[in-house]
Amino acid sequence: MISLYMAFLIGGAFCLIGQLIMDLTKPDVTPGHILVGYISVGAILSGLGLYEPLVKIGGAGASIPLSGFGHVLTQGTLKAVEEKGLLGAFSGGVEAAAAGITAAIVFGYLAAVIFNPKE
Amino acid sequence: MLTTPDPANQLKKIEIEDYETLVQQVKPKPPLLKNSFWAFVVGGVICMLAQAIQNYLLSKGAGKTDAASWTSVIMIFLGALLTGIGVYNELGKIAGAGSIVPITGFSNAIVASAMEFKREGYIFGVGARIFSVAGPTLVFGFVIAVLIGAIKVFISS
Repeated sequence: MISLYMAFLIGGAFCLIGQLIMDLTKPDVTPGHILVGYISVGAILSGLGLYEPLVKIGGAGASIPLSGFGHVLTQGTLKAVEEKGLLGAFSGGVEAAAAGITAAIVFGYLAAVIFNPKE
Repeated sequence: MLTTPDPANQLKKIEIEDYETLVQQVKPKPPLLKNSFWAFVVGGVICMLAQAIQNYLLSKGAGKTDAASWTSVIMIFLGALLTGIGVYNELGKIAGAGSIVPITGFSNAIVASAMEFKREGYIFGVGARIFSVAGPTLVFGFVIAVLIGAIKVFISS
């Protein structure tokens, strides 16, 4: 039960930061910029070893924000580097994030084909 | 020789400055507190739902990594479906970043940008446009992850 509260708190905090960035900076910060920013910052924090503790505390609250996707990419890369050296830097990220990337492409495409935009 | 500034150009400059100050005055200030509250609550609830799914999978004996991957896949599916039926964009009007930051927002960006381009066909319309936001996101994720991996190779050699 406590894991649900922590996911709510940490996940909410991630989204709150995103909202503050959107409201307090220039109006040309689009949702696309937020997504790119989150995955980048998540990947970097993960490389510095700062993201894993957040996942330990917040669970899905830290892994479901897009920064968690960056974390998976970096951790997959680092793990593969240990096993295969430089080749792992190229293979590890996609391997770790494969399910998410494929799901996003397949479900995204199907939903866009099946449904029509509302007007 | 005396150079006079081009009067038309100067007028244009003044007009632009005036216009910008006017815009700043007239533009409604974003209701910071209200926006922040809803971003926190909706984003929190989305992550809580994901945690509930993950807990359920773990209780059914899934491994930790597999449970996390399954949770992402399910959340991406839900984001795509809710965007398709028009619910997610309505939610986004209230939630702002609360609907953008979670992975459901990634899925929403894919579907929403692709849906509009059916008239350009299913291959180079929809097929290409699913990447208009997802593409840059993945590019930055990959580039940074590979760089970090390369740095690690360099340090440990």
